[in-house]
Amino acid sequence: MKIHNNKAWLLVLPVLILVAISAIIPLMTVVNYSVQDSFGNNEFFWVGTEWFQEVLNSERFHNALQRTLLFSALVLAIEIPLGIVIALAMPRRGIGVTICLVLMALPLLIPWNVVGTIWQVFGRVDIGLLGYGLANLGVDYNYTQDTLDAWITLLVMDVWHWTSLVVLLCYSGLVAIPEVYYQAARIDGASRWAIFRYIQLPKMKRVLLIAVLLRFMDSFMIYTEPFVITGGGPGNATTFLSIDLVQMAVGQFDLGPAAAMSIVYFLIILALCWVFYTVMTSYEKQAGTGAGGGRYE
Amino acid sequence: MASIELQGVAHRYAASDPKYAVNWLDQHWQDGGAYALLGPSGCGKTTLLNIISGLLKPTEGKVVFDGIDMTGLRTEQRNIAQVFQFPVVYDTLSVAENLAFPLRNRGFAREEIESRVQEVLALLGMQSRAGQRASSLNADDKQKISLGRGLVRSDVNAILFDEPLTVIDPHLKWQLRTELKKIHQRFGHTMIYVTHDQTEALTFADQVIVMYDGSVVQIGTPQELFDRPQHTFVGQFIGSPGMNVLACEIDGADAVVAGNRIGLQRQISAAGVGLELGIRPEHIELSASEGIAVQIVAVEDVGKHLVVRTQLAEQQIAVIVQEGTPIPEHAFLKIDPAKLNLYQDSFLVDAGS
Amino acid sequence: MLELRNVTRKVSGETYVDDISLTLQRGELNILLGPNLAGKTSLMRLMAGLDKPDSGSIDFDGTSVIGVPVQRRKIAMVYQQFINYPTLTVYDNIASPMTVIGRSKADIKRRVNEVAELLDLKDFLGRTPDTLSGGQQQRVALARALAKDADLVLLDEPLANLDFKLREELRAELPELFAEMGSVFVYATSEPTEALILGGNTACLHEGRLVQFGATLDSYRQPAVLQTAKIFSDPPLNTIDLQCINGKFHLADSGQVLPLSAASNPDGNYTLGIRPHHLTMRAQQSSDIELSGKVSVTELSGSESYVHFDFFDEDWVALLHGINDLAGQQPVNFFVQQQHALLFDAQNRFVSSIAGAGR
Repeated sequence: MKIHNNKAWLLVLPVLILVAISAIIPLMTVVNYSVQDSFGNNEFFWVGTEWFQEVLNSERFHNALQRTLLFSALVLAIEIPLGIVIALAMPRRGIGVTICLVLMALPLLIPWNVVGTIWQVFGRVDIGLLGYGLANLGVDYNYTQDTLDAWITLLVMDVWHWTSLVVLLCYSGLVAIPEVYYQAARIDGASRWAIFRYIQLPKMKRVLLIAVLLRFMDSFMIYTEPFVITGGGPGNATTFLSIDLVQMAVGQFDLGPAAAMSIVYFLIILALCWVFYTVMTSYEKQAGTGAGGGRYE
Repeated sequence: MASIELQGVAHRYAASDPKYAVNWLDQHWQDGGAYALLGPSGCGKTTLLNIISGLLKPTEGKVVFDGIDMTGLRTEQRNIAQVFQFPVVYDTLSVAENLAFPLRNRGFAREEIESRVQEVLALLGMQSRAGQRASSLNADDKQKISLGRGLVRSDVNAILFDEPLTVIDPHLKWQLRTELKKIHQRFGHTMIYVTHDQTEALTFADQVIVMYDGSVVQIGTPQELFDRPQHTFVGQFIGSPGMNVLACEIDGADAVVAGNRIGLQRQISAAGVGLELGIRPEHIELSASEGIAVQIVAVEDVGKHLVVRTQLAEQQIAVIVQEGTPIPEHAFLKIDPAKLNLYQDSFLVDAGS
Repeated sequence: MLELRNVTRKVSGETYVDDISLTLQRGELNILLGPNLAGKTSLMRLMAGLDKPDSGSIDFDGTSVIGVPVQRRKIAMVYQQFINYPTLTVYDNIASPMTVIGRSKADIKRRVNEVAELLDLKDFLGRTPDTLSGGQQQRVALARALAKDADLVLLDEPLANLDFKLREELRAELPELFAEMGSVFVYATSEPTEALILGGNTACLHEGRLVQFGATLDSYRQPAVLQTAKIFSDPPLNTIDLQCINGKFHLADSGQVLPLSAASNPDGNYTLGIRPHHLTMRAQQSSDIELSGKVSVTELSGSESYVHFDFFDEDWVALLHGINDLAGQQPVNFFVQQQHALLFDAQNRFVSSIAGAGR
């Protein structure tokens, strides 16, 4: 399509410059590091794909990737259904709506590092309300020593922090469904499940796609909270890709492998998002092939 | 199928609302009848329909099907079919699955579902598209599916239609309306059809219920409503253009309109003020020589006939003239006295034949 | 003057507007008539510059308007949905397009009052649109479009969402309103009756193509093609496919001979079209053509009867005056005057009114 108005480009220019500075240039720097080696003094020499091979073949990377994938899978498996259920249970009108929305928005307003600190303290066996309480109830809970406890703590924290986002997105999808659909369903004698399956779920599809993508990307890149709470431990039990990456780059100063790992990490996220997107929109494309579906009149 | 009775039904949307959307109605609609609720928007016709189907619980009164009180029962328990103004389809289901949906929910046997769905598909002329996903249909076809879901159950107490053809193309509208009429004649369902379009109401129904401001103004056959409107509102609402309403005085057997005498050829008992004559544009003849002299203001050609707008003193009189009739320069109106209705304070006091 | 030449628009392989050429004059009402999906809205969007044609040219007063952004052209548009600014008063709603282009306060005031007078909105100027009825809201939207002094006013089925009676009222008012302004008016509708009442010129659209353009009543009375006759007929046009062999008309399907003589028509395929209100129960002239069928269903409207009948396996309908309650399945005879039997050739072009030979 031809450009109607060249002024438009002028208006977009600041954004393009900003994106270039904040995203593209750093990314290129990383690409640059990933194919070179350095012995200090700003001397670099070409190593080709060596770092990539090293990263892809390293057991450390595989383990971290598996841990991260498992964490994201669990987060999605818990937060998406839970978010839908809560959204369905929320009132549609009256004062209850405002109260629910404010309550839901609260966890989202807390900064990541603060969330981590809150849970770190909350779960401590000596002074934390949760840890102390559980210990007194006779539950052997200690997230700094027990792998399972550490995982549960992180998951509960993430669910507490982010399910609201899913709820709010789903709720916005639900309230957009015209009343007449529910009336028709009652006339058709549809059960609660049928209403969910054939009206609510299809109409929530778009917002669910957004929710899944956001929650996947966020959970796959989680760093601050495990860093604050468990520091990747006990052992390497909660060392996710992001933590591993930082350890490698900042702790060991292995810039080359770290850069290669960053790129692999980035590509994995991109690929998985693409898969989610394609799978969830494939049905719509299928449906769109019918005659005259989207015409103006 | 069932008869439907409304006993003192009234509804307001909020207790603080001083105005009732439906005003204490008592109605008895027969089993197997085709009824139309006709009125302008905001007259309460959709509210009444939703009260019958149970989507709304009336503030006062009872809804009775075949002698059984249904007021407390939910929509699902009333065994009613309803078609709405805007298409409702289940996007992820195919055309056939959409039609099967109300039957599946009620646990019908597979063979029965199959045969009913095939029958309705044939009725809608959509057999070839049975497998197509409903979300890919255009608006007309989606509404056909919504109609089809209303017709697919043969055991319903009544089928309710809420302006089902508003969004449909004029030609398809004709076809579907005729189809509904045929279905009614064949299966004898109790059908209630809500519309603001008089043609739809009159052609569809055996009995038309004209509503205004939450109340029923008149119930009657299309012909009764046309020939003897009980209220000038009905006269003007029904007919295109509506009935001419002319302020008049009565002098013996004559009506006097702006100094012109019109012989009523019958003795009139009504007297006093607020008298009006009602005469349909169809019942006036335009003449070049005899009758009441009028001025022609405008001539509208609507194809099948002409509407001639005339003026007598301050009053407008519309006349329908057949295609190809010459329009005289100096026009006179010949009014059929037998078709004249007399109104006092807007209510019919003396009907023509 | 708006001039479209060979305008085509395709969207993902589907042709929405197919090679349309059309010249619309200022001060005239031009109606786009056609069923849903005929391309009315697509054509309007091209005229407004909301979409760009894939080929062809669109000129306004001699200059091309393709690529000129909508904001820079003097265009007003009214939609089927009543679109007003909910928080502004009726006065501010009507004034809004003039405020945007920076007209003087006094100027705006004069214009708003003028238009409000015209559309009977004087009493509501201080109210917000949500306190008005649907008809009044649509009149506000109309007023806003008219107040703007636009070169081109596009109305896309503006009355479709209104009550039947309200529609009747506004239909009668609109032509007068349009006559007072010097804009090019384009009015889309799917209702033939609406087109006839509004008058002006009508462009008949069928599947994205322009099938006929001319004065509304002329197009109605002299359809050049079968599609025009169909689009303009309400109730739908009765049609039947015929074959002319050796001067005799046969049914295309069964080969049965129809009681019509072909006069001087060459052999070939034809379509016969008869408008429902041209069918009568009694012959009016001895030369009338008699058609026999079987009643399927009768609809009565109080003053008219719509008799649906089966005519050689086609669904036909007769619109009769008065009450004729014909029961289903009974045989029925209808008559049509020769000049009302429309004959179209294999290319759907109007050939002639038919010559009848009785039985």
